[in-house]
Formats: sequence, C-alpha cells, structure tokens
Amino acid sequence: MSVLRPLDKLPGLNTATILLVGTEDALLQQLADAMLKEDCASELKVHLAKSLPLPSSVTRPRIDLIMFVVNLHSKYSLRNVEESLHHVDATFFLGKVGFLATGAGRESHCSVHRNTVVKLAHTYRSPLLFCDLEVAQCFVGLSPGCGHGTAYQATLRQHPTCHS
Amino acid sequence: MDETVAEFFKRTILKIPMAEMMTILKAWDFLSENQLQTVNFRQRKESLVQDLVLLCEKKRASLNDAAILDIVYTQFHRHQKVWDVFRMSREPGEDIDLFDMEQFKRSFKKILQRALKNVTISFRDAEENAVWIRIAWGSQYRKPNQYRPVYVVYYSQTPYAFTSSSQLRSNIPLLGQALTIASKHHQIMKMDLRSRYLDSLKAIVFKQYNQTFETHNSTTPLHERSLGLDINMDSRIIHENRIEKERVQRVTQETFGYYPQPRLEFAQYKLETKFKSDLNGGILAEREEPLRCLIKFSSPHLLEALKALAPAGIADAPLSPLLTCIPNKGMNYFKIRDK
Repeated sequence: MSVLRPLDKLPGLNTATILLVGTEDALLQQLADAMLKEDCASELKVHLAKSLPLPSSVTRPRIDLIMFVVNLHSKYSLRNVEESLHHVDATFFLGKVGFLATGAGRESHCSVHRNTVVKLAHTYRSPLLFCDLEVAQCFVGLSPGCGHGTAYQATLRQHPTCHS
Repeated sequence: MDETVAEFFKRTILKIPMAEMMTILKAWDFLSENQLQTVNFRQRKESLVQDLVLLCEKKRASLNDAAILDIVYTQFHRHQKVWDVFRMSREPGEDIDLFDMEQFKRSFKKILQRALKNVTISFRDAEENAVWIRIAWGSQYRKPNQYRPVYVVYYSQTPYAFTSSSQLRSNIPLLGQALTIASKHHQIMKMDLRSRYLDSLKAIVFKQYNQTFETHNSTTPLHERSLGLDINMDSRIIHENRIEKERVQRVTQETFGYYPQPRLEFAQYKLETKFKSDLNGGILAEREEPLRCLIKFSSPHLLEALKALAPAGIADAPLSPLLTCIPNKGMNYFKIRDK
C-alpha cells in the first residue's frame, strides 16, 4: 500500500507543492485557480486528486501540504476523505495537513454535521477551515498550534472577510 | 352569441400573453388578416379583448371555434400541462386497414356522445399525422365545463396517445375506450411515464432522442468532447487522476451518448422490499413485511443532471441501471419488489 510520506523526496528549489484531495473536481479546480492568483514567495504548484493513494509517479515533486476538501452536502465526499487519510503517513500530520469544509452556509443542504469534520480535524490534530466557495465568506475553525505555510496563507487570503 | 360562449371567448383570449397575441390569433386562422388589422393591438388588454370578442360575434363564431382557439393556446403552452402516455395494442395477426382520420374523428365523437349526453369534442390536425383532441366533460344533467378540459394528442401512425392529466379522473376509462375503439385497437394501457415536456415524451416513446445532429468524428480525442469541464490551461495545476477522469467521461458518454437528453422533471421509485442489513439483529432486520419507501428524484432537467453526476465527482461511474434505463425503458415511475 503506497503511503504518502512528507520527507521521502528532496525538496524542489524554491517550489511549493500543494495537494488538494476531494471528490468534486470543479470545487478543487476553483480553489486551485484562486490559490495560484495569490502572490507566493516560492513557485507554487497545485495537484488535484480525487482520493488517495495517488497513482504511482516518479516525476511527482515532494508534497508540502495536503488539504482534504469535504463538501458538507455530501456524505460521499466525507467517506472519501476518511478513506484517503489512511494512506497518509503519521508524520505528515505535524503541520502539513489541513481540512477544508465547504457548504456550511446552506444548512438545509448539509448531510454531514459540522461537528463530524471538527472531530475529524481534532483527531488528526490538523487545522480546519470552513469555507463557502459560492459565497465570499469564510469562517476559520479551531486549531491552535499549526504551521502557517505560504500556501496555507493563500487559502485564507482568497476570502477577504476571513480572520484567523 | 350565447352569453356562455362569449364569456368562454373572453376568458380564453385573456389567457394569451400580449406578446403572443398576434401569433396565436394568426395560427387560429379564424379572423382574417383584414379583420385583425382593424383592431388596435396597442391598447390595454381588457379593451383589446372586448374588441376581439366583438369581432368574433360579428363573424358568428361558435363554441367549437372557441375550443379550437383553446387548443391553439395549449399547443403554444404545452408545458403548462402534465402529460401521461398511453399505449394501445391490437390482437396479434389482425389486419390493419388504412387509417382514416375522418372516420376516427366521427367514431370517437359518437362513442363519447353516446355515453355522456353533454360533452364538447373538438379536433385540430397537426403535423406528423397527429391530431389534437379537446374534450370538455359534462354529464347527463350538467353542461360541459369548458374550463377543465382534457387534451389528447394522438399520433395516428403509432399506437401512442398523450393525454393531459386531469383532476376529473372518472372519465379517463371512457376516454381510453373511445380512443381504442375509434382507432381500431383492442387494448389500451397507461405507461409509467409522465412529464410536462410533451416533445421529450415523444422523443422517448418514438426513440428519436439518440440522434446526433453534428457529424460524429470518432478520431476526435476524448478530452475535446468533455462534458463542459474546461481543459486546464494552467500548467501549474496537475490532475493526478487524469486516467480515472477519462474513464468516467468514457463510461458516461457510453451510457448517455453525445446527444441532448430528453427532458423529464422527476423519477419516482416505489420500494416494497424487505429490509436487508449487514448488522445482525436490529429492529428492522426481523420484519417479515416489506419496507415501504418512496424515493423521488426531481430536477429541472433530470437526465442531464444524472449525466453530470459522475463527471462532477458526486457519484461513481457507471451509475445504477435503475437511473440510466429511464429513456430506454420509457419509464419514470418504478415499482421495485423483492424477486
């Protein structure tokens, strides 16, 4: 079983690679486009994947940050993230993983409770952001003590009404 | 002109939106071009309607003429009705005479009038050997109610007829009988298919939906025929699951084809199956009686929505055959029982 490890490759020179994992391709694409519009100290690359494990590839650079995207309207997207988490090495969770939950704004459409993702993020000791990609508003969920990579700031910055 | 007929004219013309007034009146073809020119179409609608009703009175318009106008209006606004589909059949090996439209109409009218003394029946021929029939129901003692008619669209070269759903359901068996006998069939059966979009129902039932209008060039690479997902131009975004995405696209195209899907608003599944559970025990697992459950999928365009599910990542491909069989089987109402 292939497992993603944070330090199994050499870092690229002045590059940062983010991996977005989620079932809804259009959502990931939107997020990636927004991230790339931000100024970044390093050269930013975004990989989009439906789930883990990733297909084997020697050319893939080292992944610096994984964002798991859950759509609260879809139990399928939560299940997909839960299964993908098994393919990530434990050391990744020391500040290189984040969770993004979308769709909290439309309560009536939510089939996944917010507390479910809160508990999930807590279990994996990783930060959680609530976001609504259709509406330009963002609430930042709890998670003290996590790293702030450049790319991570970009995720926050794309929604100007957002505070940490 | 009879007061009730004048009122019927007034209410029918009032229904017509101002923007369509000229088009519909021309399609009705009762008032001549010259007569229409004498009317001021720029005045307030109530006054316009009064002028038009006066014109009709002068021309001695009958109840039937008003009914034909009603048919024309409905033909332009067919989406306002919900249509059911009926299929007729003959005994095997029976000789089929050449269809005679006039004889059909005479026979249909005779059967209904014999059963119900008061009923208004009007016909309007349409293209593809079809006829639109408007029926206003009355009873032995009551005059027909012109404001709750039923419409039937019968394609004479086929065993299919489409009827607008009506709340007055008691007359439907009689209607079915009249259709069957007049068209020289033996049996009529209601299909489990219903929608507002008459043209889509036609396409499903006559199997006309799977025609592509553009030339099918099989050498075009698959990603150029993607279902609306933009080809990613930014080289900094890498899709890890490109192969899987292409597989999903391919499976979706194979199931749904390249053509636009016929339009339905819902699919309904009635389950009468026993509860099956992986967990041992549990309250529902011991039940002998089937669990009754109704699942309804609604959408402004159900089949296009189903087609978009797998590429959007909301469902796995291939989709359940219960969903994909809808146009093939010509059904959007299903009853599922244990085998």
